Amino acid sequence: MLRATVVDHTLANHAAEDEPKGTGDELVQLLTPHGERVSNRLFDPWIADVSPEQLLGLYEDLVVVRRIDTEATALQRQGELGLWPPLLGQEAAQVGSARSLRSDDFVFSSYRENAVAYCRGVELVDLVRVWRGTASSGWNPYDVGMATPAVIIGAQTLHATGYAIGCAKDGVDSVAVAYFGDGATSQGDTNEAMVFAASFHAPVIFFCQNNQWAISEPVTLQSGLPLAARAPGFGIPSLRVDGNDVLAVMAAMRCALDRARTGGGPTFIEAVTYRMGPHTTSDDPSRYADPAEREKWAAKDPIARMEAYLEGLGLLTDEAKASVASTADDIARRFRAGCLSLQDPAPLTVFDNVYSTPHSGLERQKSQYAAYLAGFEGGA
Amino acid sequence: MTTKEFRLPDLGEGLTESELVAWHVAVGDLVSLNQTIAEVESAKAVVQLPSPFAGVVTRLVGEPGATMAVGTVIATFEVEEDAAPPAARNPVLVGYGAPVERTDRPQRRVRSSAGISPAEPVSPVEPVLSAEPVSSVERPRSTPPVRRLAHDLGVELDTLSGSGEDGVITREDVQAAASAVPLPQGGGETRIPISGVRKRTAEAMVSSAFTAPHVTEFLTIDVTPTTELVATLKADREFRDHRLTMLTVVAKAVCIAIARTPSLNSRWDEPNRQIVQFGHVNLGIAVATPRGLLVPNIPGAEALSLAELADAVTQLADTARAGTTTPAQLSGGTFTISNVGVFGVDAGTPIINPGEAAILATGAIRRMPWEYRGGIALREVMTLSLSFDHRLVDGEQGSRFLTDVGGILAEPGLVLAMV
Repeated sequence: MLRATVVDHTLANHAAEDEPKGTGDELVQLLTPHGERVSNRLFDPWIADVSPEQLLGLYEDLVVVRRIDTEATALQRQGELGLWPPLLGQEAAQVGSARSLRSDDFVFSSYRENAVAYCRGVELVDLVRVWRGTASSGWNPYDVGMATPAVIIGAQTLHATGYAIGCAKDGVDSVAVAYFGDGATSQGDTNEAMVFAASFHAPVIFFCQNNQWAISEPVTLQSGLPLAARAPGFGIPSLRVDGNDVLAVMAAMRCALDRARTGGGPTFIEAVTYRMGPHTTSDDPSRYADPAEREKWAAKDPIARMEAYLEGLGLLTDEAKASVASTADDIARRFRAGCLSLQDPAPLTVFDNVYSTPHSGLERQKSQYAAYLAGFEGGA
Repeated sequence: MTTKEFRLPDLGEGLTESELVAWHVAVGDLVSLNQTIAEVESAKAVVQLPSPFAGVVTRLVGEPGATMAVGTVIATFEVEEDAAPPAARNPVLVGYGAPVERTDRPQRRVRSSAGISPAEPVSPVEPVLSAEPVSSVERPRSTPPVRRLAHDLGVELDTLSGSGEDGVITREDVQAAASAVPLPQGGGETRIPISGVRKRTAEAMVSSAFTAPHVTEFLTIDVTPTTELVATLKADREFRDHRLTMLTVVAKAVCIAIARTPSLNSRWDEPNRQIVQFGHVNLGIAVATPRGLLVPNIPGAEALSLAELADAVTQLADTARAGTTTPAQLSGGTFTISNVGVFGVDAGTPIINPGEAAILATGAIRRMPWEYRGGIALREVMTLSLSFDHRLVDGEQGSRFLTDVGGILAEPGLVLAMV
C-alpha cells in the first residue's frame, strides 16, 4: 500500500514502525461496501479515537452534503443556477478528508469540493453565489481556511504548495491541502507543484479524488498505472485509499497530516471513487459512461456502507436516521431559500474589490460606466 | 393560492431550446418540490426537470417531441402563498433561462443621449443607407469584433440599425451594409426582379463560364491601314449606300480567318460526345439595346461580300435596337464579335456565347505613339481580345486565328495571300 519505496521518509515509518511495506496497488479499506469493518494494522490506529458520536457526525455529514448537492442540481434544472458540478458518489472522499483538518489548515480546491467547503464551515448560500452569477466569488478564504474554488484544472496545486512553503518558513505546523481530480494529474501545474513540494519539503497534501472521469475521458487513457504510482517519481510518498470509505479516507488523511506537521513533507493520496453524476449539469454521461460500471459503483455507495456499519454497531436507530434526514431536509430548505434570495448586484459593484487601493484608471471607467447607465431613461 | 409559472431554463450554458421528451405528471396532479415533472433533451443532454414548486399542476404546455424555446412557460402551478420563494427575481443570469420573447424581462429603456434632455426622444435610426445621415448622437450598440469588422470594411456604424438582440449590430448587419456600399448614396436600393433578357443573359453566361474552360488572348495592332481603307472605300461609288465601318472589316477578317482555322467555328456537343464543325459562319454581333444585351447573328456570313456584310450588320443592329429581333435571329450563332470599343475600353475577357467556340472583342481605336517604319508615329491602334473554349481550341489555333484577324486589320492587302 505504500508507494514511497524510493525515498527515506516513508509513510510506513509513520503508520507503524515495524510493519512491512505494502505491494503498492491495493486500496486502503477499513469498511467494505457491505459496511463490515476490516482491521488494518497500519491504519486502524489513525482512527482509533473516533467516538460513536463522531461516527454519527460523519454519517450526518455524508447525508447532508448529498442533500445539498441534489438540491443544487435541482436548482440548476429549475433555472436558478447557471451551472453546478455535482459530487454525487464522492461524499466520503471529501467528508473523510475535510473532517481530518484543523481549523488552521488551508484548503485549495477545485470546483467540485462542495462537501469540503461545507465541512470547513462555508455558509450554504456562499456555495452558490458564483454559480448563480450574483458574485465573482463565494467567501472570504481566511474565515474558513479554504480558498474559493479554482476552475482552472490543477492551478490550485501550485497555490497550495506555495502556501505550504510559507507555513514552513513561518515555522507553524499548519498544512495545506490541494484537492483535485484524476484529470488534473495530467496538467503541467500539478506536476510542477509536485516538483516544488518535493524540493521544498513542503507540508502539503495532494488529495486526488480519482472519480474515473476527466469529463468524458476515462482515467485509463491518462495512466496505465494507478495515479498514486506517479507520486514516488517526484519523491513524494503516496497512498491509495478507497475513496468511498469515509474511515479509510480519514485514516489516510490523518496519517499524511501528521507527517506534514512533523516535517515529513508532502504526501499524495489517491482516493479511488466514482463520479455517479455528470461532470456538470451541462454534461450527459450516458453518452460515454457504461451503465454497468455505474451499477457496480452504486453497490459501493459511501453512505450505504456507513449506514450498514453504524446499524451493525447499533448506533444508527430508525429514529436517528429520521433525525439526520430531517436535518438534511432543513439544510436543503435553508440552502434553497438562501439561493433564491440572492439578488443581482448593482452594476457598478463590478468595479469593487479589483484593487485594494484606489486606482485612477478604474475610477475613470467606473464614472464613465455610471454616466452610461445614467443615460438610460429612468436611470439604470 | 397563487399561480406560479415554470419557464424552461437554459439547462446547459447557452442553449436556446430543448425538446420535450415526456411529461411525468398530469394536469391536476399534486406535486412536491423537486419532484420530476418532465424529461427534456437539449443539444447537450437528456435531463429530468424537477418541479420548482410544491402545488397542483394547472397547465402543461407542449406535447412530447415539441421543441420549446428557453424562457417559455412550460407549466403552471397553484401553490400556497407561503410556498413562494422569499424574493421574486428577474431572470438575467447566464444560464438562468432568459426568455426568448423577453416579455417578462425588464424592458430596456431607451437611452437618452448626452447633451439632450432626457425627455427629448432620440430619433430612431433608419434602415441601411437611409437617404439622409441619421441625426442620432449615439450610434447603435455593437461589440468590439463587429466594430473592427466595420472598420475593416469601411462601414459607418452610425448608418446601421442593429438586427441583433436589443438592437445590437451584428456581423451580418455590417456585411450586408458592406456589400451595399457601392450603391449611390442617397438613392437607397431598388430591387429588380431577375427576368427577361437579364435572366437569359445571366443563365447563358453562368452556363458558359462554368462549363467551357475559357482562354483569353490579346493582340494589339496598328489598324491605320484599315481605317484608311474604310475611308477610301466609303468614297467609292460602289459603297455609297452602304454603312461601311471598322466592324464590317473585322467581320470580314473573322470569316476569312475562320476558313483558315475552322476549329474556331465549332461546338462542343456534350450529350453526344461529339465536336460539331460548322460548315458556315453564323456571325453573331453583340448589340447593347434598351432591353439588354442581344446577340443576333448573320447567317452564312462567310458568303457575303463586304457590302452585303455592311448592310447585314447595319440591319441587324437597327433591328435589335428597335426591339424587333426575332428568336430565330438570336439562335444558331457560331461565332460572336463584341465591339466593346464603342464603350471606350481597350480590351476584356469576353465570355463565349453558349454553343460556340470563341468570341472576339474589339477595343477602342486610339491614336497612339507606335513603331512605324523604323520610327515612332501616331497611329490608330486597337486591341483584339479573343476568348476560346479550350475544349475545342488549343493555343496554337487560337493564336493563329487571332494573328490572322490582326494581320488583316494591320495590312488588309494580306487578304490577297489568304483567300
